[in-house]
Amino acid sequence: MSDIDTLPPADETAVNPVGGIDQAVGDFQYDVNYEFDAGTGLNENTVRYISSVKKEAPWILEFRLKALKTFLEKPMPTHWATTDLNNIDFSKIRYYLSQGQKPKRTWDEVPDDIKKTFERLGIPEQERKFLAGVEAQFDSEAAYSNIKDIVAKQGVIFCNSTEALREHPEIFKKFFGKVIPTGDNKFSALNSAVFSGGSFIYVPPGVKVAQPLQAYFRINAENFGQFERTLIIADEGSEVVYMEGCTAPKFSTSTLHSAVVELVALKGAKIQYITVQNWANNVFNLVTKRGVAHEDAEIKWIDCNIGSRLTMKYPGVVLKGKRARGEVISIALANDGQHQDTGAKMIHAADDTTSVIVAKSISVGQGRSTYRGQVHIPKHLKGCKNNTECDALLINSNSRTDTYPAITVRGDTHAVQHEASVSKVNEEQIFYMQQRGLTEAQAMSLAVNGFVNDLVRQFPMEYSVELKRLIDLEMEGSVG
Amino acid sequence: MSSLEIRDLVVALTATPEKPIVKGLNLTIKTGEVHAIMGPNGTGKSTLSKAIAGHPDYTITGGDVLLDGKSILEMEPDERARAGLFLAFQYPSEIPGVSIANFLRAAVQARMAEGEELDATGYYKKLYSKMDLLKIDRKFTSRSVNEGFSGGEKKRCEILQMAMLEPAFSLMDETDSGLDIDALKIVAEGVNAMRGEKLGVLLITHYQRLLDYIVPDFVHVMYDGRIVKSGDKNLALELEAKGYDWVKTDLATA
Repeated sequence: MSDIDTLPPADETAVNPVGGIDQAVGDFQYDVNYEFDAGTGLNENTVRYISSVKKEAPWILEFRLKALKTFLEKPMPTHWATTDLNNIDFSKIRYYLSQGQKPKRTWDEVPDDIKKTFERLGIPEQERKFLAGVEAQFDSEAAYSNIKDIVAKQGVIFCNSTEALREHPEIFKKFFGKVIPTGDNKFSALNSAVFSGGSFIYVPPGVKVAQPLQAYFRINAENFGQFERTLIIADEGSEVVYMEGCTAPKFSTSTLHSAVVELVALKGAKIQYITVQNWANNVFNLVTKRGVAHEDAEIKWIDCNIGSRLTMKYPGVVLKGKRARGEVISIALANDGQHQDTGAKMIHAADDTTSVIVAKSISVGQGRSTYRGQVHIPKHLKGCKNNTECDALLINSNSRTDTYPAITVRGDTHAVQHEASVSKVNEEQIFYMQQRGLTEAQAMSLAVNGFVNDLVRQFPMEYSVELKRLIDLEMEGSVG
Repeated sequence: MSSLEIRDLVVALTATPEKPIVKGLNLTIKTGEVHAIMGPNGTGKSTLSKAIAGHPDYTITGGDVLLDGKSILEMEPDERARAGLFLAFQYPSEIPGVSIANFLRAAVQARMAEGEELDATGYYKKLYSKMDLLKIDRKFTSRSVNEGFSGGEKKRCEILQMAMLEPAFSLMDETDSGLDIDALKIVAEGVNAMRGEKLGVLLITHYQRLLDYIVPDFVHVMYDGRIVKSGDKNLALELEAKGYDWVKTDLATA
């Protein structure tokens, strides 16, 4: 098990001894000349431009244009969500920026200005050490995409959405937009109109991908919107672990990240999807993530949200087949000026399905965290189980936390459990740790790490180390 | 040899700085010495130890505290700790989810120079030898710090931390409170095992009982924010026999 609650050296930028992950924050930017630029603002021409540079089939353009219409028609969901959404100025965002649509297969071929960004983030090194494949997206397109031969030989497909549409249209079209329809919400519609990049994964029946596949999403340009689209299909009895990381430099203007991620776990398949994101605090992060679990299948979301100005994300699982299992583990850390509005959705649609939600949020300073959960078990089903646990930790009295669990259970053969707790890190605890020689930031970091420790133990080692490092950095920044 | 010098110290609650609790206290402790401060409740004993450690609830409004001749008053609590001051808490805090082993490891790491890496093998070797010394079960350090601990376990945890961090001066705030006689003996044995020329101890206690097990070199009686009497271990016995009223009447007649 990982040694998650030990502290790093006092020097926060030191090289991580365990994962070999670069310890530098994502806050840096190199100048890049973009060959392809859809300009600023969003209209039909923007969508046509994106579709044409990607040389897409007509049905995709049609899909995009229809989605644009839906996006424009749908109101901002401020009747239930924060009015901060109104501060997004869609006319000032750049919707497509790239140096080309075809990712390189070796790092040597990646243009220097982009390569050095990923090198600084430690991606090539991680790939060598513990990944089965990597896709590195820079603004709108993947700059690099590669899968280890041994995995490719098993028939596993791992590429970005642009390539998948060209090379695997038959699989793509069958599942694309089926888990999350365009009109699911305003931002899924926006993504459907202007999506670019994101991963496409297909795992053939019975294949168990031994090492994780990883995508890294990097926003480099100011006033930019990143709209990756990920689709993962695990065929019968297969297993895959996918991990994603994200960073962006700190700009004075706001940046938009609005992804759509669809997972399909066919009979008996297992998908584990791990996110550790560290957005700069000017990023609006509005992401729709959902999976469908067929008979005896299992989908597990591990979602760690650190940074951003506003994150709204509620990974969900539709438990479509008997005995399917869904799990969401959510960790959200809201620091000053940040609002983490996160949670989970579990839609039970077959007998004997099980769902588990464990959400832990940490609010620091003026940071605000909100948990929204939806568990739905209809009357005609039998033997469904849900267990929901929401724990909030407040560090200093200005923090705010809200919990909105909506659990609808009809029928009388189900077992549902809900627990919620709020605890505080008090001055006495901090003083106690300081008296042992830890700085105030280290003390807060240790308290936070202790709070999430039981969840982090379930993470792959490299990611638990990365999460701990990000918590340390956030705490470091929160001490005046 | 190190020294901890408390000079004309005046301490008040941060909330009410105009009402001093410690009212001009003088005391010098050298490494190798064990001093005991005794006194009735509410006389400022705990205030003294917390103020020296830098607790934010207390403000030093007069005087100074010098560690090897240098004032520590401008230092943060963690800087004071790393400089060699240890406070054994009367009521230690719980840190859920953080094991004693990892907590101590973080504390040891915090004392190392920038860029210096903690040697995990060496750390555990030292931890286990200290645990053996204090007769602590190996399983103890995998438990979360103070979470669900009995009074005795909390004090044992404090003593283990003190043993690992090897401070120059340890301020022990009512370490005996809430302990049965067996736990008291274990704590005392621990302190006695660490006693030596590298450690100075300030024992704060209400009762003479602890001093049967940790025999002090000096005993001071604190009353109304000051030290009013100092002597050797016999002073503690005299105090036990005559009670604190003896000090009060003694003062009144002085």
